[in-house]
Amino acid sequence: MNIQTKPPHTVAEQGILDSYAQMMGQLPGDAPVTAARDKLLGAFSAAGLPTRRIESWHYTDLRNLLRALPGAASGAAQRTDPVVRGSVVLPLIQGQSAEASTPEGMDLTPFIDLLASGEAAKMLVARDADDLVGRLNGTFVADGYRLTVAADQAIKELVEIQSVQSGGQVHNRFDASFGAKSSATVIERHLGDEAHPGLSTAITTLELGDGAEVTWIILQDCGVEDQRLAQLNTRLGAGATLKVYVVNVGGKLVRQELNVDVAGEGAHFDLRCVNLLAGDSHTDITLTLDHNVPNTTSKEIVRTVVLDRARGVFQGQIRVAQIAQKTDAQMSCNTLLLSDGGEFAAKPELEIFADDVICGHGATVIDINHDHLFYLMARGVTEKSARALLINGFVDELIEELENEELIEALETHIAQWLIDHG
Amino acid sequence: MLEIKNLHARIAEDGTEIIRGLNLTVKAGEVAAIMGPNGSGKSTLSYILAGRDDYEVTEGDILYNGESILELDPSERAAKGIFLAFQYPVEIPGVATMQFLKVAMNEQRKARGEDELTTPDFIKRVKDAAATLQIDPAMLRRPLNVGFSGGEKKRAEILQMKLLAPQLCVLDETDSGLDIDALKIVSGGVNALRSPDRAIIVITHYQRLLEYIVPDSVHVLHRGQVIKSGDKDLARVLEAEGYTGIVEAAA
Ligand SMILES: Nc1ncnc2c1ncn2[C@@H]1O[C@H](COP(=O)(O)OP(=O)(O)OP(=O)(O)O)[C@@H](O)[C@H]1O
Ligand SMILES: [Mg+2]
Repeated sequence: MNIQTKPPHTVAEQGILDSYAQMMGQLPGDAPVTAARDKLLGAFSAAGLPTRRIESWHYTDLRNLLRALPGAASGAAQRTDPVVRGSVVLPLIQGQSAEASTPEGMDLTPFIDLLASGEAAKMLVARDADDLVGRLNGTFVADGYRLTVAADQAIKELVEIQSVQSGGQVHNRFDASFGAKSSATVIERHLGDEAHPGLSTAITTLELGDGAEVTWIILQDCGVEDQRLAQLNTRLGAGATLKVYVVNVGGKLVRQELNVDVAGEGAHFDLRCVNLLAGDSHTDITLTLDHNVPNTTSKEIVRTVVLDRARGVFQGQIRVAQIAQKTDAQMSCNTLLLSDGGEFAAKPELEIFADDVICGHGATVIDINHDHLFYLMARGVTEKSARALLINGFVDELIEELENEELIEALETHIAQWLIDHG
Repeated sequence: MLEIKNLHARIAEDGTEIIRGLNLTVKAGEVAAIMGPNGSGKSTLSYILAGRDDYEVTEGDILYNGESILELDPSERAAKGIFLAFQYPVEIPGVATMQFLKVAMNEQRKARGEDELTTPDFIKRVKDAAATLQIDPAMLRRPLNVGFSGGEKKRAEILQMKLLAPQLCVLDETDSGLDIDALKIVSGGVNALRSPDRAIIVITHYQRLLEYIVPDSVHVLHRGQVIKSGDKDLARVLEAEGYTGIVEAAA
């Protein structure tokens, strides 16, 4: 038998174990749910936080990066206006669902109800031995929403899941299923508080029936000291189209995992990811994308702006199964590195077992184009504004692809604000 | 308005001298044509006027309205009224043409202590200017210069010049790439800007442009110096005889 001496728990690891002990009896759920939580925590206790020795965490040495847990919630979290006026807001104040109006055509259940009834027990499992996010979230998840859209339903209203946190810990689940030929656009927004650092985890599960068309936007607007670990898992039915937007404009330590199973013929997956990184933050986007059937397509574009001493990571793994002929998968990762102290690591990987496919990936790291800057300045645009225009242009190309004008404008406003704050 | 005195300038990166003791004076109200063989330094001169930092001035001075502009960055020069219509306008993906125009117009106004334009006023100005230059408004919905044809880019430069109403206009081979009709339209646009308090420098290889924009003076640039100046007839002589005679006479 191979006996390894495991290092003692770090302060943060011990803090996580202690948090669970303190919450004993307070977390929602029946006996099977509690058993599932206990099991996940046991696995966490044995494995600890992942280090760079774990391949999927190689560029994000969580054991080193997650040094301490935040203090208690400040109690200051409150609802705010949605990104797009008139959206239906599904609030989560300090992680707890509150009264919400239901978008027309959608069924809505607070996740706390699914925990209480035990229905959620089977969902509290880790994906694999290295699934730290699954373990932590499954151990502590207290609420969230289940969204169900019946077949053929087109949800006209924009839906905003609005999670507002001010310090403390927040652990949520979003479990959405979209019936055949249904459609919807959902913004999953997480807001932090600059004055009160917090830790949050979220797991989002999207199940798309045949022909469903869904746009899912993750807007991560954490405070500069927040730590966030998030995961999105999705499965696309035949002919379904999923567009995922990830916009990261905050946080000190951020990991966004995406696990995509393109499971139905004719399905298309899109990822557009905009990362605006400043300070000494660390932001990691880790994607696994499986093309498991013939005739599917996918396109991922990650654009990152790096300022100060910020570090960014993109790991993108595309796997094309042997039967998945005629797959067309394109992945690109472009970084605008604007400071000497900043860093970006890109690790694209293609594992292709089919022979008749078009797959490609590219990664570039660039600086502001000198000719572009001169051109703008020669028209009287100050250097500061010219740089802002060019940085904005670099990421705005992705935002412009959204079809909803109001949404484009709202996201552009967020990006513009970030540029003003960090210009 | 513009006095260039014994200007020496080199490429910052490798120190190669391109402008070698250049003298040129352009008065308010004047249209000056600069001609000269390929590689003689015409575009370099225009870049140096606009303030491009790839070039270093090692000697001499550039006075604009009596003041040296060498210490000013390109945006400050533009705000003071210097405009360069580029020989090769760059394509800038991601930056919407309208947004760019608005920022440029308003930043210049701000630098001069004027109020920002209201959106309707701004849109009206752009529409009117585009119409006189026969620019399709659909073009302005695209990112800046992206996918514009060569001639469209040149027209867009003149559009910007109209909107920014500069005092000193430098047009670097604006005629190249224009078809005959466009040449007339663009020349009309430039002529409309002629005024007693504005100076225009037209860099060109061809007499034809100067039939439309009739210059008050013509200067021949060779190896970084003005080797001959004259009136509009000098351009005709050059067209007929080429540069060899003048270059040899100056040597
Ligand atoms: N940044 C640079 N790097 C290297 N060489 C340069 C640079 N800028 C100018 N030069 C050189 O300086 C000389 C003058 O170039 P410039 O573009 O000013 O010529 P021009 O008179 O405008 O020519 P044309 O009529 O072909 O437009 C050329 O030999 C050119 O190669
Ligand atoms: Mg030239």
